[in-house]
Amino acid sequence: MAVEPAQVAMTLSDQLPILQILIPLVTAPLIVLIGSRRLTWTLAFTASALSFVIAILLLIQVIDGSVISYQIGGWAPPLGIEYRVDAANAFVLLLVSGISTLVLPYARESVKFEIPARHHTLFYAAFMLCLTGLLGVTITGDAFNVFVFLEISSLSTYVLIAQGSYRDKRALTAAFDYLIMGTIGATFFVIGLGMLYMATGTLNMANLADRIADQGANRTVRAAFAFIVVGMGLKIAIYPLHLWLPRAYTFAPSAVSVFLAATATKVAIYVLLRFTFSVFQPAFLFEVNTLEFIILPFALLAMFAASFIAIFQSDFKRMLAYSSIAQIGYMLLGISLLTETGLTATIIYLFNHGITKATLFMGVGILVLRSGGSFYNRIQGMGKTMPWTSGAIVIGGLSLIGVPGTAGFISKWVLVEATIEKGWWPVSVLIVLSSLLAVIYVWRMFEALYLKTPLAGTDYKEAPLSMLIPIWILALSTIYFGFATDVTLTAARAAAQGLLAGSAGMM
Amino acid sequence: MRHHLILRVITKLLVGAIMLFAFYVQFHGDFSPGGGFQAGVIMAVAFILYGLVFSLHNVQKVFPPWLVHKLVALGVLFYAGTGIVSMFLGYTFLDYGALVPSHPSSGQHYGILAVELGVGITVTAVMVAIYYAFAGRPPRLSDEEW
Amino acid sequence: MGFELTQEYILGHMNYWLFSVLMMTGLYIVVAKGNLVKKIVGLNIFQTSVFMVYISMGKITGGTAPIFPQDMEIDPEVVYSNPLPHVLILTAIVVGIATTSLGLALIVRIQEEFNTIEEDDILKIERAIVQAENAIHGDAMGGRA
Repeated sequence: MAVEPAQVAMTLSDQLPILQILIPLVTAPLIVLIGSRRLTWTLAFTASALSFVIAILLLIQVIDGSVISYQIGGWAPPLGIEYRVDAANAFVLLLVSGISTLVLPYARESVKFEIPARHHTLFYAAFMLCLTGLLGVTITGDAFNVFVFLEISSLSTYVLIAQGSYRDKRALTAAFDYLIMGTIGATFFVIGLGMLYMATGTLNMANLADRIADQGANRTVRAAFAFIVVGMGLKIAIYPLHLWLPRAYTFAPSAVSVFLAATATKVAIYVLLRFTFSVFQPAFLFEVNTLEFIILPFALLAMFAASFIAIFQSDFKRMLAYSSIAQIGYMLLGISLLTETGLTATIIYLFNHGITKATLFMGVGILVLRSGGSFYNRIQGMGKTMPWTSGAIVIGGLSLIGVPGTAGFISKWVLVEATIEKGWWPVSVLIVLSSLLAVIYVWRMFEALYLKTPLAGTDYKEAPLSMLIPIWILALSTIYFGFATDVTLTAARAAAQGLLAGSAGMM
Repeated sequence: MRHHLILRVITKLLVGAIMLFAFYVQFHGDFSPGGGFQAGVIMAVAFILYGLVFSLHNVQKVFPPWLVHKLVALGVLFYAGTGIVSMFLGYTFLDYGALVPSHPSSGQHYGILAVELGVGITVTAVMVAIYYAFAGRPPRLSDEEW
Repeated sequence: MGFELTQEYILGHMNYWLFSVLMMTGLYIVVAKGNLVKKIVGLNIFQTSVFMVYISMGKITGGTAPIFPQDMEIDPEVVYSNPLPHVLILTAIVVGIATTSLGLALIVRIQEEFNTIEEDDILKIERAIVQAENAIHGDAMGGRA
């Protein structure tokens, strides 16, 4: 900007934080402008792959605990919008862009099957906008910018979910319900931000943290915290606010379910983490009380109630949706511990559950592609006709339970470790007990796939390679991260330390 | 269609004035209240008014739906493109100072004009697209049933 | 927390009272009305209340419009209103428009598929679908949807 006459020319590597957002953002209108059905997918995939590469480069730069700050338009941080990359959000960026890069090759066949061809260009444009929104929420260091990107991702999500209406008209009402709930959540979030702005006069997260620390907690700040938690709670689908989730995941097109289950709620959890630990000081009594007496009981309730509902589902996809709500309970449990290990557990859970659920939802999508439905008795016996797909599903299922040797085990292990460290051993027992419920619903799926005889007169081919490769990359990575724990644990620990450091050293 | 004579004449008079006003708001945006959002909506109003009075079919002859959709995308690209130009000049994204390095504040002027133009194009197109989308649906009741 | 319900307290917080009333009205409509269009209207009222609290936040007593004089010579005596909340709300309004039009577009599609936009009727239709599905898929597995 004008203030510094001696401008140092920025190189490509300095521009990485903005390119992370810009590439998918520009691709969306480009897809519409070009409007060619043949090029669409290639453009989308290239953009997604590029942003994945950028996410890797960013994570490498910040893994040692350093922070990258990028000033949009050259306006210095407290006034201008700042993009701020530290270990915590670099990790989430990697998850989001990685999953989208894997989903796109998978989506090609699945979208061809589920959505009429004339909507393909707009579908991929909406997908790119959704990706932009999720990445933007993660990378930005400006509180109001979070809201804007959140709405970009939400609005495109509603559109994507509604695309399921060509298979089942209930997708429309599911999308509508989500629109109502999501908008209420986002508006609550804005009210919270407004109150924060009233109390502090700033919207930059680091600056907010400093000023809240200076002035201590007053009633406005407390009300702001309450609004932000409820608003984000709707997006995360914390147990009593989860009503939109099962229907949205069940009726959305398969590729969309994969992407949303693996990323959307995770990003919302990241925002909650960012606000509870970086912006508000965790030492404040009201925050401790909120987490301990509200979030914790609901998290435990989610672990049991949602798992229990999942057991009684006769639809594989809907079962997975309920299991997602239960798994969100585990992540919130990690947050409510308010310790570094607890936070590490949440972040590692976020990542591991992301890849696990993506594997499972991809599996369902393939089964739907071949059999036309995801009800258990529709897909029964498909383990024999489609060994590769079912194999990957089984690995995902094992990781969902938390069997040693899979990623799911590591995340539950760290979580149990964190509760014991805090001295809350009854909670550790509850974690193990609710995992037993997971055994039951995963077993029902296994039973349907392998122990039943295939439906008469069905001879399903194995899935196309473009779908098998992504699902197996994910399935193998759940195993890989079950053994090579150093990678995820180091990153998650660096992220947790970065978040807990709060405003210290941020400015 | 033939009988709303006053409506049709007034509309024909107004459409031009509305468009002119839209351009005024658009290009005065960097001096006074106004800018792309407002101008875009005003511009869209001209098309929507024309559509209301002279039927959807006629306005779509003037401003065909495919063009509307392309313009939605083009405006966003124009906005982002301004930022990308400043990136290529070695500044941060959307740093308009890059446009005239010797005199950053006139760079800001050009930058905001370009960006607002992008906003204006997109808002016009989006508003018209929304109108087309809703008005273009086959009606449940035909006009005679009212 | 010693505050009294004086006239000053009530009048001095007028914008917050209006905000609360409007917000609750909107939220009530969203929850209580069965017609989907009315729900969207309620959502709009709810969002508008937030816009108003933001805009009233930017008002500074005696403040004028935050536009620099043409000669760029700023009189330090002049108080300007805070323009930032207004700019934020401009963004939020755009988001609101997008939400509204998307919601209405969904309603049009729902009307086309379900032939109704009353929530009760839609629920009835959906329940019938679920029952039909259960008859084929659910009972065989001993489960429910």
